[in-house]
Amino acid sequence: MKIMVPVKRVIDYNVKVRVKQDQSGVELNNVKMAMNPFDEIAVEQALRIKEAGDADEIILVSIGPSQSQETIRTGLAMGADRGIFIEAPHETEPLSVAKLLANIAKQENPGLIICGKQAIDDDSNQTGQMMSALLGWSQATFASAVSLSANTALVTREIDGGLETISVKMPAVITVDLRLNEPRYASLPNIMKAKKKPIDVISIDTLGVDITPRLSVLKVEEPETRKAGIKVGSVEELLTKLQDEAKVI
Amino acid sequence: MTILVIVEHDNKTILPATLNTITAAAALLEPIEALIFGNELEDVAKQASTIASITKVLSANSEEYAHNLAENIAPLIQKIASDYSHIFAPATTFGKNIMPRVAALLDMMQISDIIEVISSDTFKRPIYAGNALATVKSSDPIKLITVRSTAFDMADLNGGSASIETITASGDSGLSEFKSSELSGSERPELTSAGIIISGGRGMQDGANFAMLENIADKLGAAVGASRAAVDAGFAPNDYQVGQTGKVVAPDLYMAVGISGAIQHLAGMKDSKVIVAINKDEEAPIFQVADYGLVADLFDAVPELENKLS
Repeated sequence: MKIMVPVKRVIDYNVKVRVKQDQSGVELNNVKMAMNPFDEIAVEQALRIKEAGDADEIILVSIGPSQSQETIRTGLAMGADRGIFIEAPHETEPLSVAKLLANIAKQENPGLIICGKQAIDDDSNQTGQMMSALLGWSQATFASAVSLSANTALVTREIDGGLETISVKMPAVITVDLRLNEPRYASLPNIMKAKKKPIDVISIDTLGVDITPRLSVLKVEEPETRKAGIKVGSVEELLTKLQDEAKVI
Repeated sequence: MTILVIVEHDNKTILPATLNTITAAAALLEPIEALIFGNELEDVAKQASTIASITKVLSANSEEYAHNLAENIAPLIQKIASDYSHIFAPATTFGKNIMPRVAALLDMMQISDIIEVISSDTFKRPIYAGNALATVKSSDPIKLITVRSTAFDMADLNGGSASIETITASGDSGLSEFKSSELSGSERPELTSAGIIISGGRGMQDGANFAMLENIADKLGAAVGASRAAVDAGFAPNDYQVGQTGKVVAPDLYMAVGISGAIQHLAGMKDSKVIVAINKDEEAPIFQVADYGLVADLFDAVPELENKLS
């Protein structure tokens, strides 16, 4: 079985995001970029499935600017087998990304697509579900545990108020949540080895997908910042303030 | 123009995030219909019909909807979608699971997690975990929207008298199957709808110490939350987590106990009306967003707080 893992290049989660002066977006120049953390978890899960003997090849797919190949390289250094890179002329919305990925899936026929539940840049939380719909596959979102049997995947999902376990027919799309696993670090020998692994570059025009955005971003602004309040000297004073001043208890 | 709101319920009651979603939809001043689905849902369908501002309830009562499996529900929504200009759902794990599947079936681009309705095609939504706010305009003929519940008040569950219309089920896709669920089943209010939340962080040192927060929560009718650090350390269960990767909350009062205030936590609670921080490190970043800060050892301050509340 092949496993396909889409990976996205985003601003590193440790970097404080800055909104551009002209409110056209977020500053991406000279900012440290990294693989979307949820996608790292997806790569790790694919590796664990392969190591357990339930998969024989892991294919990473990235759509974006040419530097997205570095993100694929990161995943190859973790242990994935090969990459597919689709260069996009502008930012692509989840619907376009899902269509492009679904087309790749039709060519590659993976038994599973594992992806992050959301990218930490636009926080849409859509691509996995959309891909699943376009392929007519089953979906298991927000996974915190995955186990495979012959034709099905048993997936525990993180839902509001607790956990839920469902069984999905394969092929399936699984989107992963934070606590599914802890992604490994790439070792130096594996980083060297990854340089020799193949990345196919596919021209976006050959995939027959209209990637014209449906949403236009009119403005990106900073949220209002909260100001620090006062320090109180005692529990007594705190309670008095909450009762008499803030009137919240 | 008619708007459709997707109702989330637990077969006993309509869940609060749906009521916030209806308020968001009502901003467009158009008739709102509600779609409710499930198994044996007569009672909740009746409840939906009493929500003020709902003109009609569409009820799909069938076994394949019992567990909210997206593969079964998406075709149901797809089937009726062309009657509507907008489809709103709560941005809960329920709505987030189902709506993108519907959007792809309809070939529409969803607008996730809106915090403001600006006009019938323009909405504001947080990106980068709320570190930036984007105003986006949709060119799609049907707007598919999920709503961040904390950004809108709850619609009134009384005062309406909508008709209930039964709609035909769309069948079982056979793609997925519900096995089991483990809900935390707490008597306390849900984090996302609680008026008061008391959360513990790594400073709690041990899961057993969360009992101190639970005692205070019970006195105040509050919910108990936790930072990601506390959850990762195993002090509190996953579904307690408040933050970028957990739940986004905005109660009237948020008390952060032993929480340093990492960006990832602040992203989940900074819209609370009043924030209290109790931390022994006076340099902790949580004090920069707190309305009332108490620099103290939580193991002294929390028991004292509990005593004084009795």
